[in-house]
Amino acid sequence: MSARDSDWDGVRLHVVTGKGGTGKTTVAASLALALAAGGRKVLLVEVEGRQGIAQIFDLPPLPYEERKIAVAPGGGDVYALAIDPEEAMLEYLEMFYGMRRAGRMLTKMGVLDFVTTIAPGFRDVLVTGKTSEAVRRRGKNGKRLYDAVVLDAPPTGRIARFLNVTSEVAGLARVGPIKNHADLVRGVMASPETAVHFVTLLEEMPVQETLDGITELRAAGLPPGGIFINMVRPALLPETCLRAARQGRFDVGELALGLKAAGLADGPADATAVAEALGAEVAEHARRTELEARERGTLEKAGRHRYELQLLADGVDLAGLYELAETMNNQGAA
Amino acid sequence: MARNVPVLEIDAILDDSRTRIVVCCGSGGVGKTTTAAALGLRAAERGRAAVVLTVDPARRLAQSMGLTELDNTPRLVDGTTGEGTLHAMMLDMKRTFDEIIEAHADPERARQILTNPFYQSLSSSFSGTQEYMAMEKLGQLRRSGEWDLIIVDTPPSRSALDFLDAPERLGRFLDGRLIRVLMGPAKAGGRSAFKLLNAGFGIVAGMLTKVLGAQVLKDLQTFVSALDAVFGGFRQRADQTYRLLQAPGTAFVVVAAPERDAMREASYFVERLAEERMPLAGLVVNRVHLSPADALSAARSTAAAEDLEARGEHELTAAVLRLHAGRMQLSARERREREHFASAHPTVPLTLVPAMPVDVHDLEGLREIGGLLAAP
Ligand SMILES: Nc1ncnc2c1ncn2[C@@H]1O[C@H](COP(=O)(O)OP(=O)(O)O)[C@@H](O)[C@H]1O
Ligand SMILES: Nc1ncnc2c1ncn2[C@@H]1O[C@H](COP(=O)(O)OP(=O)(O)O)[C@@H](O)[C@H]1O
Ligand SMILES: [Mg+2]
Ligand SMILES: [Mg+2]
Repeated sequence: MSARDSDWDGVRLHVVTGKGGTGKTTVAASLALALAAGGRKVLLVEVEGRQGIAQIFDLPPLPYEERKIAVAPGGGDVYALAIDPEEAMLEYLEMFYGMRRAGRMLTKMGVLDFVTTIAPGFRDVLVTGKTSEAVRRRGKNGKRLYDAVVLDAPPTGRIARFLNVTSEVAGLARVGPIKNHADLVRGVMASPETAVHFVTLLEEMPVQETLDGITELRAAGLPPGGIFINMVRPALLPETCLRAARQGRFDVGELALGLKAAGLADGPADATAVAEALGAEVAEHARRTELEARERGTLEKAGRHRYELQLLADGVDLAGLYELAETMNNQGAA
Repeated sequence: MARNVPVLEIDAILDDSRTRIVVCCGSGGVGKTTTAAALGLRAAERGRAAVVLTVDPARRLAQSMGLTELDNTPRLVDGTTGEGTLHAMMLDMKRTFDEIIEAHADPERARQILTNPFYQSLSSSFSGTQEYMAMEKLGQLRRSGEWDLIIVDTPPSRSALDFLDAPERLGRFLDGRLIRVLMGPAKAGGRSAFKLLNAGFGIVAGMLTKVLGAQVLKDLQTFVSALDAVFGGFRQRADQTYRLLQAPGTAFVVVAAPERDAMREASYFVERLAEERMPLAGLVVNRVHLSPADALSAARSTAAAEDLEARGEHELTAAVLRLHAGRMQLSARERREREHFASAHPTVPLTLVPAMPVDVHDLEGLREIGGLLAAP
């Protein structure tokens, strides 16, 4: 694979986290397209059992099986896999213990459900284990099968625990096969071939969570990646106008003239009334952009690569994913 | 709003001394915590002795209510006006769980449970623990009799239904069949159905030992039997709180943002409350975008902007008109979502809270939200 200029050359596992609802699934899907652009092979993985990938690509529910779901701009394939912990456990038992039928019996008795409920660390290690297997898997030619794997991960609040499987499992299994498996997985998660990206909005809570999440990852020895600022609105008004509006100096008179020129007012009194109402709207917008600028400044201090993804006016559809992927390519995220 | 949609009369609910519990629920990020805090403040300032149980307040909001420590007890909030009082607390789920164990087990058994690695994992990360502990804390506050109105915020689950389902799930889990199997022959003996399980136990235990290691299995068994001794009636406990939520003094306030996903969740929740015979007060549609210039439509606005741009005149006016058109489009989309909900649930009372240009993070902001909640 020829190296293309991106901020994450050398990274094979892209983990996407963020506060719930900020756009993790959307960003993970677009990032997979962006990484595949120009002829590469990328696997998009989801783990929360929500069938988010199928929904966003408008497909029937995905089975526990890697299958091609999209073609990237300029050639390149995106495959998808919805990891089901139960299936992952059966596969694990078969691979390491040759216990396929016994595994089925454990499942039937609700053992998996039980163990993973009481100790989510076990569930996590199965899921991250399957993901890291895909990252390391080699094709017949000895080369890695996937150029990159993108993981639509759990939200920020759980991400460090989720990836830091060794310590999660350590309290429960100090020695033994699970512990060894966890160590192996953790090796992949903590390697320089992994980057954990954060999705945020320009709002107080998701920004705070992003900063906290980065700190938490660092403390756990896991590699923070970039910050994807999602749903960014275009700047319509010049900064001078916004500043004036914030200071209550917005020129309503000029706006009234413009409205008259555009034929939007019945007489001067009406022009002024409409201009004042619009002026109030501008003032509110100005305060909002001020807050956004502050949050942007806070994010800058994190010292990570930042990307700005546009708000899609009509919501996210397939075309929208390609638009976001293009933005990512243009900004060097992939 | 569409005609004939009943209005959610917030003040009538808060002022009614028979209202003892208000539960704010909805999907993640829609404004449950903000709404709960605003309702608490408004109730207090209208004379009630209110307590707000918050689960995950934004940092600055917590600070503004004096919640700087996570100590699991209600603190008096300074700066409220009027006769009433407002207390606020932040839920500490692990501590709440620990306290249940300590209250129900003798010290030796409590120690066994609290130090068991499975307990530590369960009490800090089981996805339903937070929901269960919020319910548990609600029960405790209610039994204490210290407040005449309790406002509960619900955990930040993706789905609003989790709040109703999780406690039941945790209860069922702890009372479950497998737990009995794991506790081994001693506990499961007797009836014939269990004999089968006994036979199963040997095989299951063998496999688990092979995969998990003997120590893990032993920890698991210790944990399960210690917990079982304490939680004979764990499920009954969950049921009790559930019944509290069905009582006439309870009012559910469903919060939603005017977006498709959140409104759909709100719809599910409203239907579910009806099924469970839990009293719904109404729906708060939060962060609604309105325009002070709504007589000027998006279409006219856009056409005029295009015209000015083509003529190369009044650049600023054209930009303002584009801004306004975007606002009107958003506003129209949100109205459609609301109307969609209203036509599916024509009897559910509604109130709207506009999107503030900045975050809500002090008492003044909460007071303003409270006023908007109550405005017809
Ligand atoms: N750039 C965007 N523009 C417009 N809508 C977006 C954008 N990104 C996400 N959304 C919408 O926001 C909502 C949450 O996005 P989703 O990717 O499901 O988030 P998460 O996986 O973090 O919960 C969805 O309705 C999605 O369509
Ligand atoms: N009406 C509103 N206008 C502007 N911001 C709001 C409004 N309601 C809530 N917020 C902000 O939205 C964010 C999420 O609100 P929060 O109450 O914590 O949601 P939830 O508890 O449902 O997750 C907070 O930063 C809060 O300040
Ligand atoms: Mg998602
Ligand atoms: Mg909340």
